[in-house]
Amino acid sequence: MSKVKITLGGINEDEGSSKEYKTGSWRTMKPEVDIEKCIQCFKCFDYCPDAAVHKTEDAIEFDLDYCKGCGICEKECPVDAIVMVKEEK
Amino acid sequence: MAEQESRTVKGNMATALGAKLCRPNVIPAYPITPSTLFPERISEYIADGELDASMVRVESEHSAMSACIGASASGARVCTASASQGVALMHEMLFIASGMRLPIVMAVGNRALSAPINIWADHQDTVSSRDAGWMQFYSEKNQEGLDLMIMAFRIAEDERVLLPAMVGIDAFVLTHTIEGVDVPAQEDVDDFLPPYDPPHGKLDVDDPATFGSFGTPEYYQELKHDQTVALEETDEVIDEIFDEFEERFGREYNRLNNYKCDDADIILMTMGSMSGTARAAVDELREEGEKVGLAKLTVFRPFPGDLLKEIAGDADGLAVVDRNISPGFGGAAFAEAAGTFINENKNPLMKNFIIGLGGREIFKENFKEMYHKTKEAVEAGEVKEPVEWINMNEEIMR
Repeated sequence: MSKVKITLGGINEDEGSSKEYKTGSWRTMKPEVDIEKCIQCFKCFDYCPDAAVHKTEDAIEFDLDYCKGCGICEKECPVDAIVMVKEEK
Repeated sequence: MAEQESRTVKGNMATALGAKLCRPNVIPAYPITPSTLFPERISEYIADGELDASMVRVESEHSAMSACIGASASGARVCTASASQGVALMHEMLFIASGMRLPIVMAVGNRALSAPINIWADHQDTVSSRDAGWMQFYSEKNQEGLDLMIMAFRIAEDERVLLPAMVGIDAFVLTHTIEGVDVPAQEDVDDFLPPYDPPHGKLDVDDPATFGSFGTPEYYQELKHDQTVALEETDEVIDEIFDEFEERFGREYNRLNNYKCDDADIILMTMGSMSGTARAAVDELREEGEKVGLAKLTVFRPFPGDLLKEIAGDADGLAVVDRNISPGFGGAAFAEAAGTFINENKNPLMKNFIIGLGGREIFKENFKEMYHKTKEAVEAGEVKEPVEWINMNEEIMR
């Protein structure tokens, strides 16, 4: 349970606080990529509904602060480079 | 204290006058019958230089309340007016106004909800907004509409409260009826109602903060509890400010007004303009030797259960008169009154009477009939029909 105290009317004196809110916390499955298999087609980048796939110099990486674990990237990967694994917390 | 000016005005003008005396900064409004005269008057006050405020012309009541929320969050004193379908259309935004603890005041010309379409008086519009977390005040006459507007701002903006409030005046019976009112002097209202200075931060581009933030399951319940407790604890503040108003301006207000209830066997409980008719009926019944009293709800939310227990706890019968209906149970005030007594060792037998929907006339004889029906139930020791509709035209029923 959270320990930040509530405020009157839920007003947060800090601006832009939504940047601090990581929406991937309730994920149960997370994607893992095998860089050796990746052909950099970036279908995962195109299909990710949460823009949680970032392109890197040699392949891709997942932004686990926002990834919801939906598995669309695994489904779309044409070379089976992505697998969904259960996330232990 | 300066002398109060005697005026003869329609109910809408009484609430508009009350609002003007409070020096609101922003008035977003979308006119709707029967409260159209309110924004008309406000725009005249602004055009004539009598009121220094921004009137925001919007495309719907949903937008009106949205603009109220934004303006109030920025620290402005805000009011609006609406009725019926308009209040229904703002429903979504009403919850946001209270959840964000914004002391917006809205004058409502209490009117029936469609279908069938109907522009006349009943309390269905505001009663259906009961759970939106607003304070709800109801007027018996135009003077009360004027006074309650002034008090509503003061109560809503109190640091212990910070919640929005509705002030109801019944459609046409009050909104379009000319009555005499005493109008407090501007300097006395200024003294009674200091400028609004929100203690919880302002929406300010130079000093940004987060308003209307996300409330995840880890926070939502505590925030709702905080808001709910604040509304429940408003009772004390209302009493205090009603008393102060009486001291300053000489007119008495109570959350639940006690008229001849102290020795009454049977008590009628009413809300809004019908209370005057009920009082006349009580006087005539008293002349006939009947021990009857009238409890008038001025505040419906927070429900004055504490006062109802004091006033009606020792009575034999309580007739709750509702100018609204919650289909599938009964009138809203009846449910609240019944709930008030649920854990008491002693409670009056209760009957509920539905009356005056969609502007149906309400007569003294109707209250006498309700009194006698309640008396019969008390004498029989049982309530065979808890909810009865009064003044029905059997000839047209199918």
